[in-house]
Amino acid sequence: MDTAVAEDDALWVAVADPTRRRVLDALLEQGEASTTALAEGLPVTRQAVAKHLVVLNRVGLVAGRRRGREVRYAVRPERLDDAAEAMARVAAQWDRRLARIKRLAESVQAEAGIDL
Amino acid sequence: MAADSVEREILIEASPEVVWGVITEPEQISRWFSDEADIEGHAGADGTLTWRPGGRGGDKESDAVVPIRVVEAEPFRRFSFRWNHPQGAEPDESNSALVEFSLIEEAGGTRLRVLESGIDAVTHDEAGKARYLEEHEHGWEKHLGELLDYAASKRRGATR
Repeated sequence: MDTAVAEDDALWVAVADPTRRRVLDALLEQGEASTTALAEGLPVTRQAVAKHLVVLNRVGLVAGRRRGREVRYAVRPERLDDAAEAMARVAAQWDRRLARIKRLAESVQAEAGIDL
Repeated sequence: MAADSVEREILIEASPEVVWGVITEPEQISRWFSDEADIEGHAGADGTLTWRPGGRGGDKESDAVVPIRVVEAEPFRRFSFRWNHPQGAEPDESNSALVEFSLIEEAGGTRLRVLESGIDAVTHDEAGKARYLEEHEHGWEKHLGELLDYAASKRRGATR
């Protein structure tokens, strides 16, 4: 299996969860935040936020650094770019299929010689 | 639109009848989608899409065979199918993705719209994900939708 594909898939799964996207939203708003601070602004428990941060950290969408007794997390924008690119490729795949459909249909239409 | 979906459209200079033929006839499907298509274009039909090594699916060592079930076939207007469910399983929201084509007649041709949704269903658990990747190496490329805009807007936000 292609490692890049597996990586992109993990990235996709990480961003596909709505709660994780809210965690990302909150992090982007706050710039940098601890698990506790994030949980205060979200309708989920601190434990749930911690789990989501683990997933986001694993795919590199967020990074944590120790500040005294707590770990503060921040979004890594370059990874969001990767996610956007991965998703752009998905769209491109359907665009290619649609373009082929268009070519086929227009040649059939032309061969039939029927005006639209 | 759900987060795990993608919607695209194109204007085609052909009648809805002609476009319908291209998206539903097996010999045409194999010219724009898979390398081979064994499926009948009526509601309830079960079949397979096959990608050959060196074919449209890219560099594979063996055939990738993906099950497909036609859900809806309203001639010249709507065509939808579920795919990527486990071979032999009954396709539903939990184990397959849904692709919906709609054809809208316009001056000068047909607007063809495609919406694929439910990608999570074929990727959310480890077994399903492994199968999905194995059967359809480039399958993840179908994922998309609002996430693209989402990521793009967040990227802008992050650098502001």
